[in-house]
Amino acid sequence: MERPLTRNIRPDAPPLDLASYEAEGGYRTLRAVLGRVAPADLVATITESGLGGRGGGGFSTGRKWQAMPTPAERPGPRYFIINADEMEPGTFKDRLLLEGDPHQLLEGLILSAYAVQATHGIVFVRGEYARAIQTLQRAVGQAEARGFLGQNILGSGFHFTADIHASAGRYICGEETAMLNALEGKRAIPRAKPPLPQTSGFFGHPTIINNVETICNVPHIMGRGVDWYRGLGVNGAAGTKIFGVSGRVNRPGAYELPMGTPLRELIEEYGGGMQPGVGFRALLPGGASTGFMQAQNLDVPMSVEAFAARGHRLGTGTAIVLDDRTCPVAFIANLQKFFAQESCGWCAPCRDGLPWVEQTLNAIEAGEGSRAELDLLAEMTGHLGPGRTFCALAPGAMASLQTGLACFREDFERHIHDRRCAWH
Amino acid sequence: MSTAEFLFCSAEREAIAGLIAHALVPRAACTDVLRFVQAQRGFVSDQSLAEIAPLLGMSVAELDEVATFYNLIFRRPVGDSVLFLCNSVTCWMLGQPALETHLKKRLGITPGETSVDGKMTLLPIVCLGHCDHAPAVLLDGALHGDVDCNKLDELLSLEPV
Repeated sequence: MERPLTRNIRPDAPPLDLASYEAEGGYRTLRAVLGRVAPADLVATITESGLGGRGGGGFSTGRKWQAMPTPAERPGPRYFIINADEMEPGTFKDRLLLEGDPHQLLEGLILSAYAVQATHGIVFVRGEYARAIQTLQRAVGQAEARGFLGQNILGSGFHFTADIHASAGRYICGEETAMLNALEGKRAIPRAKPPLPQTSGFFGHPTIINNVETICNVPHIMGRGVDWYRGLGVNGAAGTKIFGVSGRVNRPGAYELPMGTPLRELIEEYGGGMQPGVGFRALLPGGASTGFMQAQNLDVPMSVEAFAARGHRLGTGTAIVLDDRTCPVAFIANLQKFFAQESCGWCAPCRDGLPWVEQTLNAIEAGEGSRAELDLLAEMTGHLGPGRTFCALAPGAMASLQTGLACFREDFERHIHDRRCAWH
Repeated sequence: MSTAEFLFCSAEREAIAGLIAHALVPRAACTDVLRFVQAQRGFVSDQSLAEIAPLLGMSVAELDEVATFYNLIFRRPVGDSVLFLCNSVTCWMLGQPALETHLKKRLGITPGETSVDGKMTLLPIVCLGHCDHAPAVLLDGALHGDVDCNKLDELLSLEPV
């Protein structure tokens, strides 16, 4: 099985420096493409490859790029931003790529920037990822010294510079318009859309924002072609993806697998199944803002389309397993505590609704809840759902609550009836 | 105005000016400058804010609005070391509450507090992206996983119980 994204990554070993990355074939695509292939052809290649956003949205990367006005339509600076603000609870895939193979990301960034004719790039890294920040800064220095960044790169006439932005820790910065505000030195609250960042992004200029893992795919697609890339997937999906599993399984970890691999295989084969004596209850397939899935639903192929067809969201593809030793009400309360804390406070449903949800869940968990509150919680999933808030934070928070109320109805009712938690 | 009236030494002021010069507009450097000030001084005081806001072309209130937004910018003094304990879902499930109880016993502090000797500040943090090695902590910027009470004692150089 080919694992292009992680082939250079060795656990417990420092990342490849520029010379070793080049020895492994790195920057070969950059040399082959810059000044030799028309940017529009590269956008078409990425569109045809089926590559979708790996930050949780899954939207077609090529179509995102196509929405950017051309330099002829909009002369002036154009930006390419990498979203490395990985902060979704349960998600640990981008850190692996940032720390493990920084030049793969930089090559992807330069190629992607060339495809949309961007003039400057920024990698926005969460402040907690200190090692990733240092690793990337070193890699940028090496790439500059080698002439892969700067003026007239490899004699192609293409100019492109890049910076690493170290953030200071806030989940909402991963929302692309909040990220733009953060980079402009403002309080990082989301902006209204439209306009999309592609037309009015960083300081009003055309801007693309893509996730780390998304862009790490780009050198491989541009280097080896659409047919090869699509062939990496199974069950009708294209490419590979870094999936992960955490919780009480035997081998928690991140695994690069064909897109379309059944979810059950990730949990039972790669994750090694549940630890001895521990029972499986449900899982969140792709971070804290995806909904619960129970044992009978695990045969779904892990692709954005297959999940959507069954009413689920793949999210970031890093699963969190809820086991029978953990109170599901407390589990959901912990998720809501995260969202309540990380709400930026800009719109009222999110700012006021999430703390209410958290407190109500805590009360039920402590044996102080009522049936009426259970109904109110269900109602709140509508008030905080899609279309009712300024951005996707609160709707994401409601995914686990809405599905959790259905999956664990008996557990909720038992807390209320017994006036205590059976796990504590 | 003589240099003695500045909070920051000339080397610090030069570094801040460098960060600002690199940005598209001065205020775009505000996160970098806040991080720098904190690295130098341990936290961002009112006096620091007052001094750097005009350099960034921001009012003190605007800069404070940014400073208080971020989990990693401290507006109050912290201990010599800062320990962030992840309390997001996987770490919570796999032992974070026990670590908190242990720290209360060993250092007498709960999240948000600094030990009386001023050596350690304990703060909660959201998911550190180390869920396959939960529970995880961040000690003075370094990430540690598979943390239990013994490992925590080792990290903090505490005598074993």
